[in-house]
Amino acid sequence: MSEAKKSLLVIGAGIAGITAALEAAETGAEVVLIEREATIGGRVLRLNNYFPKMCPPSCGMEINIRRLERNPRIRVLTRSKVTAAETGDGGWSVEITTEPAWVKANCTACGDCESACTTEIDDPHNLGMSKTKAIRLPHPSAWPKIYTFDRAAVSDDEAKKIAEACTYDAVDLDAQETTQTLEFGAVVVATGWKPYPLEKLEELGGDLDDVVANVQMERMASASGPTGGVIRKPSNGEAPARVAFVQCAGSRDVNHLNYCSGVCCLASLKQARYVKEQLPDAEVTMYYIDRRTPGRNEDFLLGSAELEGVTLTKGKVGRIEKSNGGLKLHVEDVENEVILEAEADLVVLATGMVPNAVDDDLAVFTRKDDDGFVLDDLEAGVTVAGVARRPEDVAASVRDATGAAARAMVAAGRRA
Amino acid sequence: MEKIGVFLCTGCGIGEAIDVDEVIEAADEVGCACTLTHECLCAPEGLEAIRGAVSENELDGILVAACSERAKTREFAALTEDGPSMFRIAVREHCAWPLKDAEEDEDKTMAAQDLVRMGLARLDGVKAIEPLEEEISDTVMVVGSGRAGLEASLTAAGLGHPVVLVEKDDHLGGLLADQLSIPPEQPPYEAPEANPIPGLIDEVNAHDDIKVLTDTGITEITGQPGQFKVSLNGSSGLEMTVGSIVQATGAKPYDASKLGHLGYGASPDVVTSHEFENMLVDGKITCPSDGRTPGRIAYIQCAGSRDENHLKYCSSECCINTLRQMMEVKKIDPSIENAVIYKDIRAPGLMEYFFLAAQKETGGMMARGEVDRIEANGKLSIHMTDSMLGDNVAIDADLVVLAVGMVPQSADGELIRELHDSVHQAETSESSKVRENSAARAEELADFEGTEILNLDYRQGPDLPTLEYGFPDSHFICFPYETRRTGIYAAGTVHAPMESVQAAEDGLGAAMKAVQCIEMAKRGEAVHPRAGDTAYPDFFLQRCTDCKRCTEECPFGTLNENEKGTPELFPLRCRRCGICMGACPERIISFPDFSVLMIAEMIKAMEVPDEDDEKPRILALMCENDAVPALDAAAANGATWNPWVRVIPIRCLGSMNIVWLAEALSRGIDGVILIGCKYGDDYQCHYVRGSELANTRLENVGETLERLALEPERVKLVELSHDEFGRIPQILDDFAEELDEMGPNPLKGF
Repeated sequence: MSEAKKSLLVIGAGIAGITAALEAAETGAEVVLIEREATIGGRVLRLNNYFPKMCPPSCGMEINIRRLERNPRIRVLTRSKVTAAETGDGGWSVEITTEPAWVKANCTACGDCESACTTEIDDPHNLGMSKTKAIRLPHPSAWPKIYTFDRAAVSDDEAKKIAEACTYDAVDLDAQETTQTLEFGAVVVATGWKPYPLEKLEELGGDLDDVVANVQMERMASASGPTGGVIRKPSNGEAPARVAFVQCAGSRDVNHLNYCSGVCCLASLKQARYVKEQLPDAEVTMYYIDRRTPGRNEDFLLGSAELEGVTLTKGKVGRIEKSNGGLKLHVEDVENEVILEAEADLVVLATGMVPNAVDDDLAVFTRKDDDGFVLDDLEAGVTVAGVARRPEDVAASVRDATGAAARAMVAAGRRA
Repeated sequence: MEKIGVFLCTGCGIGEAIDVDEVIEAADEVGCACTLTHECLCAPEGLEAIRGAVSENELDGILVAACSERAKTREFAALTEDGPSMFRIAVREHCAWPLKDAEEDEDKTMAAQDLVRMGLARLDGVKAIEPLEEEISDTVMVVGSGRAGLEASLTAAGLGHPVVLVEKDDHLGGLLADQLSIPPEQPPYEAPEANPIPGLIDEVNAHDDIKVLTDTGITEITGQPGQFKVSLNGSSGLEMTVGSIVQATGAKPYDASKLGHLGYGASPDVVTSHEFENMLVDGKITCPSDGRTPGRIAYIQCAGSRDENHLKYCSSECCINTLRQMMEVKKIDPSIENAVIYKDIRAPGLMEYFFLAAQKETGGMMARGEVDRIEANGKLSIHMTDSMLGDNVAIDADLVVLAVGMVPQSADGELIRELHDSVHQAETSESSKVRENSAARAEELADFEGTEILNLDYRQGPDLPTLEYGFPDSHFICFPYETRRTGIYAAGTVHAPMESVQAAEDGLGAAMKAVQCIEMAKRGEAVHPRAGDTAYPDFFLQRCTDCKRCTEECPFGTLNENEKGTPELFPLRCRRCGICMGACPERIISFPDFSVLMIAEMIKAMEVPDEDDEKPRILALMCENDAVPALDAAAANGATWNPWVRVIPIRCLGSMNIVWLAEALSRGIDGVILIGCKYGDDYQCHYVRGSELANTRLENVGETLERLALEPERVKLVELSHDEFGRIPQILDDFAEELDEMGPNPLKGF
């Protein structure tokens, strides 16, 4: 078998994919890491802080980017996806399609193009909660450190102006989509997750302005987010006096996701701390079925619950509606079999994680469960890392991404 | 470096912000082999121009005065492939973009000139790197043969490395070995699965590259990654060299004899989940008191976990294991009623399916409540407070199963070392007070006597340092395999509370890291976080005073001491943070590309205008991992700040040597600001203790400053997170203002 066939393809450059690629490459494998977005980092770079240390994800990512840039064995292809794949002859042959490179790698991130751009789009980094220029550096920790251009959003005239504004001729309006077929010994699937959509949670007020998802709360609390880090009611920009966290919003629920998403309890406790830090007088209530904070995270549960003005109430929220300028929650107290009513100004729905693979049918997804989580298939040379495999937190994703890289290297070697 | 070329980029607004000619002039004044300006150094033409100048002038040093070294990293790094050393100064992010305009940009030009002078001074001291070329053992030693250890052994062997699996018991398998089944690991996650341990043991025994040593303990490990010399006792009694180590020593059940309030010991019908498992294995469920079949079994969750009097943490596996045991009971005797008393059912993720299946299949009662006590009066009665059944209620059971938690089988290397040191001090110290205090401390730590597992011959103790509750760890979110001993990785339940499937994965990952460490050592490269760095520190021991600061402060235990107390370097243990270099009062520790002298020379190269010029100068020593990226982001976001500031990125705030402060202040620089990672329990320092150590060193600097008749406030340390770029302008401007109020440094001009 050729050397190429011993190399690994890692699909998805979120924390799991980046970790798998780095661990394999530092061990000695040749790796191609592909990412459909313009920059790497995936979901974690859309978080404000990690629990339980309340530290920024960009800190660890800085080290990972440094490891990546200094490792000659990793090739990163952004704006790229797998468009075809076939297995046989002891490896995978994978067709990778890369979107047109409207901004070339020689971009210096000087910002001149941005000044020339007038069209604004919903900012995908901020989950559409704010506007951004059609050409932009996606976020402060963006890597590759080059601008990205939503070419379709602007007119030909404006595109021309933008291209002309670039001193370095880095904007290429004639860019074409490219495809290449590469050979690999094994594939690591790290395609990640998306939040369970608010639209499906109408009973919980998913369509109301002041009902936000936990992922949106992360952006709201982030200094680089849509509000510059200020937590406020989206409806009127006021500081909320009463904030309710609704756990298992669409999880552990026969009408939505049957499973538990594993991270939401800790995420809400973390967000309760964001609120208390900014708004010490705010009343924070978290409605839960079980407080799932395993291991040493027990300390984080206790520490958060002890904060003054933070209440943890066992109960399942069944309905949320507008009431007296605020929001009314109907909470089923399962133990006492009564329905309680509570009020809040801002509700955060702890929505769960849906594997991205649920809607995709890539040939490398040789085994998938009913929920769309992808499973290892060592015979086929496929291993899975992170939330593509099961709902879990960052630390667990990093751990099993390291293991997935090892399994993939073993599989690639075995198939030699 | 002898022949250095200066390459100044004028792109990205640099050319408009500064007077390019004057900056080049400053470079010429210092003296360099050539200078070149280009409108876009990072473009192929720019890089080609540098390459041309390098070969034409036979340069051995390249000073790139352009953007931050975090931009266009790969492009510029390619220039060094043929040998020349490179240093990059961020004229763009640390000068042209952010410095506030004043006096027709004179300040920006002065800053750029300073940066060039400083860069030249730095590069002048850089030496060629000669990577380590040591003989490296390919062997991975795995300590402990539970699920994590077995999986680690198979993975390392699968990656082509010989494995030695060391087990203290006479058989393999660990705590799981005797379990009837395990919770589900495959969809639909609804039924217990067969215990994988016997199969794993067979696989390990059959593997040609795995040597299994049972009944074996470790008497000593000396050396360093790639070259650990291991002495074993027990039946094997051999010595060997291994490259890296996976510690998978597992956990033991929490001691139920401490759970008297739960009836353990008072009634034979109160058993631990492990004792109960034996009944399941035998297929015979009886009440130990009289041998009858229990009508109802109650499973008490968090027995000794989530309890401030016992284990504070959640043991993570008990809820799921109870569900499994209930399902096994139902298979053995469907007539037995099951009741679970819990605080929260922790069946996270896809284990929810198992939870649902267990409820459906067993029809077991799930009762939330805090168990106050269990009384044995004929029947066992479980008294609860704050329960879903009401406050102060009791339910009866014939058999009570305590889901006891897990305690890591680790040894706290640092405390063991402290114990040994205290015992030694108590016997030998000349001061009676020290003897007394040491004896008291030794008494407190007496429990650690004989708990050694790895028996590392390390100055800082014989085992992995632990972070909390006895779990060895250092960066448990982003880099969960990192420990504070290079080449030694913890896996499984010794690493964190976890259930079987997670232990398996942890074993896989730790094996990967162990193999990686060996492969990187072969290439002469450092491991995380400066992965790939081939430079390592040099100790000029002739001038060493045996003060032991370096051996004490290295977070990774890189240094041993000989009998005189002189440091002994084990370069393969080193992570290249430079904390030893910052600690050394004699300044005898240097990297070829980073040294006390090099930074001191950079500080000397800063021009300090006279007091009359009213141009104060601020030196900012900033951590390159978090503070500098924040500064870069602030500059890219259009933030501006005081133009008196000159930034020197350093590897870690812990590499800051006090002499730099003295150098700066004695030259008339008005103030020094140190910006580094947050420290404390939730530290963000990638080298664990760097910023904290820097802060400790500062505490001792105040006196020195007062001796020089300087205000201690002229030196300031600020903690900053990677994402707090918004704070940068205010931090710098506030400091400038404070210095302005203090007035000029009186040492200016001396």
